[in-house]
Amino acid sequence: MKGISPVLRARGLRRDYGHQAGLVHAVDGVDLEIARGETVAIMGPSGCGKSTLLYLLGGLDRPSGGEIWLDGQDITQLKERRLAYVRREAIGFVFQAFQLMDELTAVENVELPALLAGRSPRAARRRAEELLERVGLADRSRFLPTQLSGGQRQRVAVARALVADPALVLADEPTGNLDSAATADVLRLFASLHQAGQTLVIVTHDTRVAATADRTIPMRDGAFSNRKG
Amino acid sequence: MGRLLLICRLAARDTRRHLAQAILLLLAVTAATTVLTLGLALSGVTSSPYQQTRAATKGPDVVATLSDPGQAKSLVHASGVTGYSGPFPQLDAVVQLHGITAGVEAEGRAQAPVAVDQPKVLSGTWVQPGGVVIEREFADALGASVGDHLTINGHQFTVDGIAVTAATAPYPNICYSGCYINPFWYSYGITAHKIGLVWMTESDVTSLATKANPMSGYILNLRLSQPGQAAAFVSQYSSNANNAPLLTSWQQIASSDALLISDEQSVLTPGAILLGLLALASVAVLVGGRLAENRRRVGLLKAAGGTPGLIGATFLAGNLILALIAAAIGLVAGRLAAPLLTNPGAALVGSPGAPAITAGMVAGVVGVALVVALASTLVPAIRAARSSTISALNDSARPVRRRGRLISLSSRLPIAVLFGLRLAARRPRRTLLSAAGIAVTVCGIVALLTFHAAVDAELHGTTTAGAGLANPVVSRDGQMLVVITVVLAILAAITAIFTAWATVLDARRASALMRALGATSRQVSAGLAWAQVLAALPGAIIGIPLGIGLFDVLSKGATGFPQSEWLVVTFIGTLLVVAGLTTIPARIAARVPPPQVLQAGAD
Repeated sequence: MKGISPVLRARGLRRDYGHQAGLVHAVDGVDLEIARGETVAIMGPSGCGKSTLLYLLGGLDRPSGGEIWLDGQDITQLKERRLAYVRREAIGFVFQAFQLMDELTAVENVELPALLAGRSPRAARRRAEELLERVGLADRSRFLPTQLSGGQRQRVAVARALVADPALVLADEPTGNLDSAATADVLRLFASLHQAGQTLVIVTHDTRVAATADRTIPMRDGAFSNRKG
Repeated sequence: MGRLLLICRLAARDTRRHLAQAILLLLAVTAATTVLTLGLALSGVTSSPYQQTRAATKGPDVVATLSDPGQAKSLVHASGVTGYSGPFPQLDAVVQLHGITAGVEAEGRAQAPVAVDQPKVLSGTWVQPGGVVIEREFADALGASVGDHLTINGHQFTVDGIAVTAATAPYPNICYSGCYINPFWYSYGITAHKIGLVWMTESDVTSLATKANPMSGYILNLRLSQPGQAAAFVSQYSSNANNAPLLTSWQQIASSDALLISDEQSVLTPGAILLGLLALASVAVLVGGRLAENRRRVGLLKAAGGTPGLIGATFLAGNLILALIAAAIGLVAGRLAAPLLTNPGAALVGSPGAPAITAGMVAGVVGVALVVALASTLVPAIRAARSSTISALNDSARPVRRRGRLISLSSRLPIAVLFGLRLAARRPRRTLLSAAGIAVTVCGIVALLTFHAAVDAELHGTTTAGAGLANPVVSRDGQMLVVITVVLAILAAITAIFTAWATVLDARRASALMRALGATSRQVSAGLAWAQVLAALPGAIIGIPLGIGLFDVLSKGATGFPQSEWLVVTFIGTLLVVAGLTTIPARIAARVPPPQVLQAGAD
């Protein structure tokens, strides 16, 4: 554990789908604590519930039970609007399929969360350009996503996740759609974020990604099986 | 044969799966084809009632308005004339009844029947001393009944009867074939459309004449040996000389009787065009939305060996069949509704019955329905046929348009407007179609407002004369405009909901992403609504001058301009209605949890 107080704490987290005979426990009683500056990898096979867990932790989905505390605030009790503010200010998402807007250039994609947070267009653009430089894409800032390689798109997505200086970055299979070279690029980027003290939770089934983490938590059938680290 | 069967089966299944859209398509095209059928069916519809009235009233072949009774001699002895009545004195006068002031041409008649033009009394009796008989359309407008007391030029008379004639164009078109507007009328603010016809005894008419307001003319009704040659007779005996007799053939009178119906046609035809245009825009949006829903299905069909031709044909087949059904319903509905509009008015006796459906009418209506379906479906059908199988199977969104300057400008706007503007810019074709649909609807509404403004100006003018005097042409045109505008507004409202739904479907990934990045669901649903409002904005702006222009074309010279307050209400009201209607699908879409969409995109 790197920091003193945990950035994120989850207790008895559950997410159920369906009813009665068709009831599925996608996340089944997860307890988790992430310290500030820590990088945690959650590993497991497809369908084990790790992406669902990530969306619960990021406030994109509501749990069926349990609680999640982010920076000392119970986000499970928040109304939709407050939860949106939390996502805007405290959480950055990196998705497997990049989820960039095709009609926006790299810099326009990166600045979008800053505009959502109410920053001035000029400040948002300045911050986006800084981050693109940091991820090594300063010369590609005016490119559309379709003009970038997979690795470059994911680096844009990482820059976008960082634009609001979030307390926590959640990455869902960030290398799932990338080749080896691009995967190596993204891993280097995560390593540099880790060194800079950024708290990261990465969901993956790639052992190379998990190897960069401080802790690896295996997950199976919606629950943590045993912990390595 | 097997391929055709497959196309029909797929089209039928697709239609069943999207029943609501199929019904809207059917409604939109049916509205256009019904109005078009009505417009086409009204041609020549009054000829039968006019002939019946002519026979019932011993109608003249030529009517001569003489400035001097002595002019009658040469005309009654002219070649081809086999009978006549008159000359009857005529006086331009002012009638007052139930607080209404109007102009009248008072014609002096004998109490005994005459050989040519004996008006048919429908209630009461023929003229008696101290009484008047009023032409039925004019009586209806005045609200006059047998036994009422009215004043003509200040003298009191009793309404003895109500009658019809084939010798004069009925109210409000008595001056259709030309008449001299007496300065005496001007002093009361009476214009050409506020003049009716009454019959009185010759002695009563003569007693009303004064030095200041003498007889305006004398009416001579002629019967010819060859009624079909009436127009030739009129040309032969007409002259431009001062005080020469003014001759009118029965064909000219018949055409003025048809004005009521031809005016309806002049409203129905542009109405059908407006509805056709709206149907085009609506169906195009619907088909586009359906394609957005069907991308995975298109991919499956292609993966299973479906050729681009088969995909395109499946899309086209369903809509073309629906268009054919809509054309058939439109033809039947138009024919059934026609008697409501073909009533020739109170001025004639008899009714024309339901008009026949001709081969030309069927071809025209079916052609319009097919053109609407084809034009609106072709682009989405080609797009579906050309789409990549892999991206269709992945249900990935179609590539979107980038508008760099707009994106840059929008970054200064509130989040909901930023999102809405960017969404609107992503799909310029849909935005254009939405704008066109709104423009057509606002055009109809503004044409209606302009019509009422013109009617107000015409009825009230600068004086109170004619106030309260009903005008059957205005009433019918107004009713039809209201019906067409209401149909336009309903179709536009339903289309707005479907357009919003298409936008919602198309923007589901962008919406989910915006929420993942911190936008509230309210901001996202407001953004989706803004996308529709921004598309409606240019439509509402363009619709206003289009509506005024449309009225100008329809009105043939009548002038009017709606009150600016009403234009503002129409403009703002349209945008508010669009915003309100699109909020429903936008809110439903905002309820979908973002992970559901984002995970689907990561397949």
